Amino acid sequence: MEYIQAFWVGGLICALVQILLEKTKLMPGRIMVLLVCAGAVLGSLGIYDRLIDFAGAGASVPLPGFGNILFKGVKKAVLEHGFLGIFMGGFTAGSAGISSALIFGYLASIIFKPKMKN
Amino acid sequence: MEQSRKEQEKIKKYEDYVKRKTPVHSLAKNMWWAFLSGGLICTLGQGILNFCRGLGLDKETAGSWTSVSLILLSVLLTGLNVYPKLARRGGAGTLVPITGFANSVAAPAIEYQKEGQVFGIGCKIFTIAGPVILYGILISSFLGLIYYFLHMWGLA
Amino acid sequence: MGRTVGEQSIQFDSSVYLLGGGSVVGKLEGEGPLGKYFDRVGEKDGLFGCSSWEEAESALQKEALSIAMEKAGVSREELRLIYAGDLLAQTIASSFGVMGFHRPVYGLYGACATMGEALSLASMAVAGGYGDYVGAVTSSHFCSAEKEFRYPLGYGSQRPLSATWTVTGSGACVLGTRRSRARITGITTGKIVDYGLKDSFNMGACMAPAAASTIEANLRDFGRRPEDYDRIITGDLGEVGQKILFDLLAERGISIEKQHMDCGIEIFDKETQDTHAGGSGCGCSAATFAAYILPKIEKGQWKRILFIPTGALLSKVSYNEGKSVPGIAQAVVAEHC
Repeated sequence: MEYIQAFWVGGLICALVQILLEKTKLMPGRIMVLLVCAGAVLGSLGIYDRLIDFAGAGASVPLPGFGNILFKGVKKAVLEHGFLGIFMGGFTAGSAGISSALIFGYLASIIFKPKMKN
Repeated sequence: MEQSRKEQEKIKKYEDYVKRKTPVHSLAKNMWWAFLSGGLICTLGQGILNFCRGLGLDKETAGSWTSVSLILLSVLLTGLNVYPKLARRGGAGTLVPITGFANSVAAPAIEYQKEGQVFGIGCKIFTIAGPVILYGILISSFLGLIYYFLHMWGLA
Repeated sequence: MGRTVGEQSIQFDSSVYLLGGGSVVGKLEGEGPLGKYFDRVGEKDGLFGCSSWEEAESALQKEALSIAMEKAGVSREELRLIYAGDLLAQTIASSFGVMGFHRPVYGLYGACATMGEALSLASMAVAGGYGDYVGAVTSSHFCSAEKEFRYPLGYGSQRPLSATWTVTGSGACVLGTRRSRARITGITTGKIVDYGLKDSFNMGACMAPAAASTIEANLRDFGRRPEDYDRIITGDLGEVGQKILFDLLAERGISIEKQHMDCGIEIFDKETQDTHAGGSGCGCSAATFAAYILPKIEKGQWKRILFIPTGALLSKVSYNEGKSVPGIAQAVVAEHC
């Protein structure tokens, strides 16, 4: 059951973004920024966690889930460290995603060569 | 003033005309492919998540393992030239999941290796992902600032 | 010598001859409808034995010009001048491409219209008596162009149907005073035309107004009708740009539908090659001219043609700053003789 929920919620988010891609002149880079910011805002309002409770990976795997993680990290750090937490929480919470992408990306640049699109 | 308004109207007229003349992908079809590919990636994520939970990991650790695994998979598929092929069909379905983020990191890293470690890979690895990280941190810190005050005043 | 006619054209009285053409393209282009006409087709990896896309593009130019010189029977020492251009920043592919010839060089940038520019300037040099043998060469490479103007190749993105596919290829011609079966009898230099469009994925629509302007000017300056040409051949308008060109010319009472051909549409098979609106890049018109158009003129299958490479004028900076994408089109009249 949770697989089905993950599938259709995740799929729906993507399908809606597809409309955005085609109906506006927004480039993919801008869309990614928009999604992460939207996730952080929805997270701060407590809405995104409810979506994750319902759809699991269907909500956490899309990029708004990343924004949600960033905000939750800041929130947690604020509770622990007060004002300083504003500057600490984001990277702490997003570290697994950001570091793994950078590390694997770097390793890929050593292993793989650029290829012709075909 | 009058001149520039006329100019604007002319541009608008040509834009509209070009829009009519330009064929576009069928939106319904592309939405379907986005739905399918995005849904499948999320389902795969759910599978990894459940597996990690099954090993007795807590929710957050399992979530991190899921992200790391999907990112690794996406980077491999990027290096093997498979991810761009999937994306040609999948569109937003391959862009929106965390795998799309990983693809945007790995693709420039691979492409710009010829331009050196620092100014090639080092700088260009952030060309697409950099803005995502910057604005993600900016907005979450800003929201955190609001939260800080709300919390201080006992409102949150 | 030549003389100016009308507002923006030159007619060459003493003849400027086309002595030979050379073309080298990538594998995809080699599999396209014009595949059998190209002198050399590369491997699937698109590298042409080099280690980067930029080096590969330079190798293309070198090879194309060498073939053109060989066909023209012109030695390196005899070549008085080279006009070379490409799409990369600071036209670096041309610099490294023609450096090894150790001949006097002018580097050109005219976006995808560069072959028209190169042929025009080479014609003027020959007609003016400034060189018995002059080379014109341009190139583009799908991978180096994607990297320069769009995304890294491994990045997953969807291309709109109006997008064109940058041709991997180079075309070169040697022009001179020695009599041959084809000559350039006139040129019409294009003006920059801006209809305010900002969509870099719809280059055809950005360039069509420029093509219309240059075609109209050519017909007016030379006092000709479209029927006076066996073919009117644009560079890389693609499917979308072609439709718009017909409409824009129809507004001015000109119909070229019977004579019109577009190198970008001809070079790929849009049904099987998934290249969307067609080919583009300054290698597209150049390779098609050297491989397909020039031989037809030499054989007399076409008596007189109008060749109009079209270019979209944008840079990464101008695009990010929200500037429009103006177009330019350079016309060359080639005749059988």
